[in-house]
Formats: sequence, structure tokens, C-alpha cells
Amino acid sequence: MSTITYREALREAIREALIADERVFVMGEDVGHYGGSYAVTLGLLEEFGPERIRDTPLSESGFVGAGIGAALGGMRPIVEVMTVNFSLLALDQIMNNAASLLYMSGGQFNVPLVIRMATGAGRQVAAQHSHSLEGWYAHIPGLRVLAPATLDDARAMLAPALDDPDPVLIFEHAMLYGTEGELTDDAHTRDITSAAIRRRGEDVTIVAYGGTLRVALGAAEVLAREGVDAEVVDLRSLRPLDTSTILTAVSRTHRAVVVDEGWRSGSLSAEVASRITEGVFYDLDAPVARVCGAEVPMPYAKHLEDAAMPQVADVVAAVHALGA
Amino acid sequence: MSGSSDAPEVEPGAASVEPGRSVHLLSEMLRVRRFEERCVELYSHQAIRGFLHLAIGEEACCVGVMQALDPEDAVVATYREHGHALARGISMRAALAELEGRVEGCSRGRGGSMHLFDAATRFFGGNAIVAGGLPLAVGLALADHLSGRHRVTACFFGDGAVAEGEFHEAMNLAALWHLPVLFCCENNLYAMGTALEFTESETDLSLKAASYRMASWHVDGMDVLAVSEAAREAADAVRAGGGPHFLEMRTYRFRSHSMYDPDRYRDKAEIDRWRSRDPIDQLRVQLVARGVLTDADVERMESAIADEVLDAVDFAAGGTDEPVADLGRFVTSTPGGAT
Ligand SMILES: Cc1ncc(C[n+]2csc(CCOP(=O)(O)OP(=O)(O)O)c2C)c(N)n1
Ligand SMILES: [Mg+2]
Repeated sequence: MSTITYREALREAIREALIADERVFVMGEDVGHYGGSYAVTLGLLEEFGPERIRDTPLSESGFVGAGIGAALGGMRPIVEVMTVNFSLLALDQIMNNAASLLYMSGGQFNVPLVIRMATGAGRQVAAQHSHSLEGWYAHIPGLRVLAPATLDDARAMLAPALDDPDPVLIFEHAMLYGTEGELTDDAHTRDITSAAIRRRGEDVTIVAYGGTLRVALGAAEVLAREGVDAEVVDLRSLRPLDTSTILTAVSRTHRAVVVDEGWRSGSLSAEVASRITEGVFYDLDAPVARVCGAEVPMPYAKHLEDAAMPQVADVVAAVHALGA
Repeated sequence: MSGSSDAPEVEPGAASVEPGRSVHLLSEMLRVRRFEERCVELYSHQAIRGFLHLAIGEEACCVGVMQALDPEDAVVATYREHGHALARGISMRAALAELEGRVEGCSRGRGGSMHLFDAATRFFGGNAIVAGGLPLAVGLALADHLSGRHRVTACFFGDGAVAEGEFHEAMNLAALWHLPVLFCCENNLYAMGTALEFTESETDLSLKAASYRMASWHVDGMDVLAVSEAAREAADAVRAGGGPHFLEMRTYRFRSHSMYDPDRYRDKAEIDRWRSRDPIDQLRVQLVARGVLTDADVERMESAIADEVLDAVDFAAGGTDEPVADLGRFVTSTPGGAT
């Protein structure tokens, strides 16, 4: 079986969507002639032409808003925003239009739009290119927010996202694009609502998503060598959260660590920890722990960037601190 | 240079620039060029990481404009700002140490290539959000206006920025309030891989400014003498209370957008055509032909610059890492404000 990279898996999903449905088109900065800032859309302009692979000017609010309008007009746009930091220029359109139109219009106008963007740190691109703001988007009612952490999910999530009658945001961690491996049967799942158990364990539940799944699995390996058996839950969907999968796991292991590259205060990790406390408080043997990104604008220097991101050792230490 | 709207016409030319100033312009452009060439090497050795955007080919723009500014003026630049920083007076040492993430860098190693800052020279960054610097420049100029100071804020940005809402909002504010901003558009015909004709319905960018009733000029951005003359005239007008001015410099980057860019979207012949108009070669040839410089003078200039670069390389290599314990420092002005 041949291997595939994360970016190729995304590209395959986009190609398939373009072939399957003529209402689908891609638009964003440098998706065409440049080949995509992370090379996800490389070759698609040549295959599908400039009407369907539309290079946009630098105008995030404009083209994201136009994506919303095109969705209202019956199309199925896939809008690419280069990096989550730039999506802030379009936050108004995403929040005040995409997420609100259905409700404001009393159920008349739904927005079947997919917005993809890169997120996260690790490439030393500093404080205006590195943040993990998906938790902010997960705060907004009306959006579905996905975080494919595996090759299978990179391949699988787009089709059901396009079928969703409402806006879906897909966050791709920048460090994942080059990861390589084989697809499994899960690459054809239509499920974009459930969390997934990526590793079975009895002693502690580590909850992670997107870029931190690797960190959680790495920590689980280290812990396994010490005789600590960690369960790893991959959230997959950040909004809505699959609370029941999380609670089932924690009620079995009695301990939980939530790993999130986003800032701790007012974060997605806080939401997950609250749900655990609300739902299975009496099953816990220790307080819920969190390992988060340091609350700083991301620094450039490598050693500082590493220190600002959740690392395997931090997760292992957090598990130890729970007495597991 | 040709002026549109109500900008005066001037006919700059080599002859109108004193020889001493031309030599200085050449030397400044060479400093930027040699510095950035060394950055490429350091990047391949991974001493510099992350995004590295070079202005090789565009040196006449930053060098030419910077000559028109006074020390108390302010500068706002983009992520392609090594040349602006050097020409403004940030030392090669402090710039290179920054690119290598050292605490001796001009932003303590927190910013890297895209975020050079320096309070001493009133260099307000290194902004990596396209068009993000324009409103800042308007605000700096507003502060000068409200304080009764006769200063100029020079704001650099690319052709790509012109499509952003922030560009238009900033242009309107500056013109509406008659603020002392010198908008410096480095039009290198591409925003990353997307050519100007794919991003602008009106590709004559100086017309955008004119539509805000702002004095607007365009100039050959490969001719440092033309840029420096135009910038001087524009900066003088801004300083004298003439309101914001817009200077479009038509230029070209010889290298890819960043070190990640495979440059699939430009045609080799186009790049060669622009390379033949290299701003440094043009001025050097001209100055030697006019007898202002001899070949030996040029060699001496090169060798002094090579020494300066080498010194900066050693300085950066011998630099130190900021202690990890300081990670949370400067999130807020008061310690402990981080969380
Ligand atoms: C708001 C925003 N959108 C997208 C980007 C990604 N990006 C960085 S530079 C660039 C091209 C900018 O082109 P231009 O303004 O012409 O400046 P140049 O790079 O040519 O100097 C793009 C798209 C960004 N940094 N900020
Ligand atoms: Mg440009």
C-alpha cells in the first residue's frame, strides 16, 4: 500500500469534492498559481481551471464574506484562509454572518460553507503566524469546528463537512502537513460528530486534538514504559464536543489530563475540564489537569517557542502529578 | 517620476544629486544586499529559521526613502524589512542577532526576521499581517498632529496590501484628517504567487490614493536617485503640513517570496529582464562612468561592508539565548500580568 501525506490527503478530498459536485469551488489567497501556501491545492488550478480554483486578492473579510454569499446563492464553496491569525480579518463575516444568518432569519437562510485554515505553532514563525485560535471559533454557536489530527481524518472530513447545511471550519495544524503514512478504512468515515479513542488505557485519560494528538500519544508511550496505561481521546470535533465519549473514558480511568496548544484562560481546555467536572466529578480520583500553551504571543527563538508549546514531558509530568 | 493628481512634477536625475549622497546611497544598498545574501547562507545552515523574506532587487526603495527622513520621524514596515531596518540605522549586529533568535537582537530574539523593532530609531516594526501597519502609521501621525510636532511617519507596504480593507480605511483616515503620513508602496508586481493583474481591477496603484484626494506619485523603484528625490520632496511636503502623500515605487524582487516559495508562478525571462535593471549595478556603473567613483573605491566599499557583515555574523553566533524563565516577560508592562 502506498503512503500519502496529510496535505495530499486533504488534496484528494478536495479533488473528489470538485469532481462530485459542480457547485463546489475553492477560493483563497494563492490557492491557484502559487499552488497553495501549504501546497494543499497544488495542481488543482491546472486540473479544474481558474473559475473553480480562484486566487483571491489579499482581502480576507471580502473573500470569506463572498464565500458566505455564494453559499447563500446555492454554491458549495471551500474557502481557504492561509493561517488562523489572518482569519481574524474575516472574523466579522464568520461570526456576524456565517454563524448567525440561519438564526437571525428565523430559519430561512442557511450557509453551507466550508472554511479551511492552518493553525498552530512549531515553525518559528512568531507572534503573528502561530496561534491556536480554534478554541475561539468553538465558542461560537452556529459553527461546526473540526480538527483533523490524522491522515484518515484529513481525507475523510471534507465530504461530510460539505454536506452539512451549516458553516464548518476545518483547522489543520501546520506541523501536520508533511506527516506521511497509509490511509485505513477510516479514511471514508462520514462521521464528523464523534471523538475517537486513539489508544486504549486504564489509568488516565489524556484528551487532545489536532496538533496535540501527537504529544498525547508520545506521552502515552513514555508512560507505558513506566507501567502507566493511558487512554488517549482525540476530540476531532471541537464544536459540538462529543462529551459522552470523553466522560465515558474518564469515568473508567478516574483521572484526566487535557492537552491544548491554545492559551489556558477561557480556553477549549477549560471547557473540556468543566464538562468532566460537571459530568463525572464523583468518578474522579484527582482534579482534572491541563497542559496548555504558555499565555504569550508566540516567540520566534526555538527554545522559547518549544517552552511555549505543550511537550511530551509536560504531559507526562501532569499525569505523574495526578498520582497515576 | 510622474505625478498624478495635484503632485508637482519634478525631473530628478543623477546630475541633481550631489556625488557624496549618491555614493552613500550605493553603499547603503550594498550593505542591504550583502547582508541579505549572507542571510541566505545562514538560513541554509539553519542559523536563521522560520520565514525569511528578502528584498534583493528592491533595495532602492528602502534606501531611497530612508534618506528623506529625520531621526525623529517614524517608520512602519512589513515582514520584508531587513533593508528598512539597516537603512534606518539599526545595526547589522542587532538585526542579525534578531534573525538568529538571540537576546542581543533588536527584539530580544522574540520577533525574528519579520518583527524587527527599535525604539531608538523609531522603527515600529516589522509587521507580518499584510496591511496591518497602515492604521498604526495613521495613529502615529495623529499623535504627532495632536502634539503639534512636525514629523513624518513613513509606512511601507506591498502591492498586495492595497487589496485589504485596512489599506482603504487607513488611506481615508489619513486624508480625511490631513495627517502627516508618507505611504510608501513597494509595488513588486506580486503578492506571494499572485500577480497584480489577478488581484487588482485597477492596476495603477497611485490612482487609488488619488481617489482619496491624496497627493500621489509613482517612481521607478529600481532607480535609487529617483526614489530618493521623490521621497525627499514628498516627505518635505508632508512635514510642511501638506497632508498625507502616497509614493508608489515600481520594483521587483529577484528572489522567491520566502525561503519556502518554489517560485512556480514567474517566468524566468521576466526575472532576467528585471535583473538587468539591478538598482545597485545601475548606480555603480553610473558613478564610475561619471568619475565619481573608481573601481578601487568600489572595492574598498565592498570590503568595508564585508567586514561589517562578518562582524555581525560573529556577533550573532556568539549571542545568547534568552532564559526560558523570561518567557512570560513583557506580555504586559507589569510583571505577573500574563495570566
Ligand atoms: C492578512 C494577511 N493575509 C495573508 C498573509 C500571507 N502573506 C504574507 S506576505 C503575502 C504577500 C504580500 O504581498 P505584497 O503586499 O505585495 O508584499 P511583498 O511580499 O510583495 O513585499 C501574503 C499573502 C499575511 N501575512 N497577512
Ligand atoms: Mg508585492
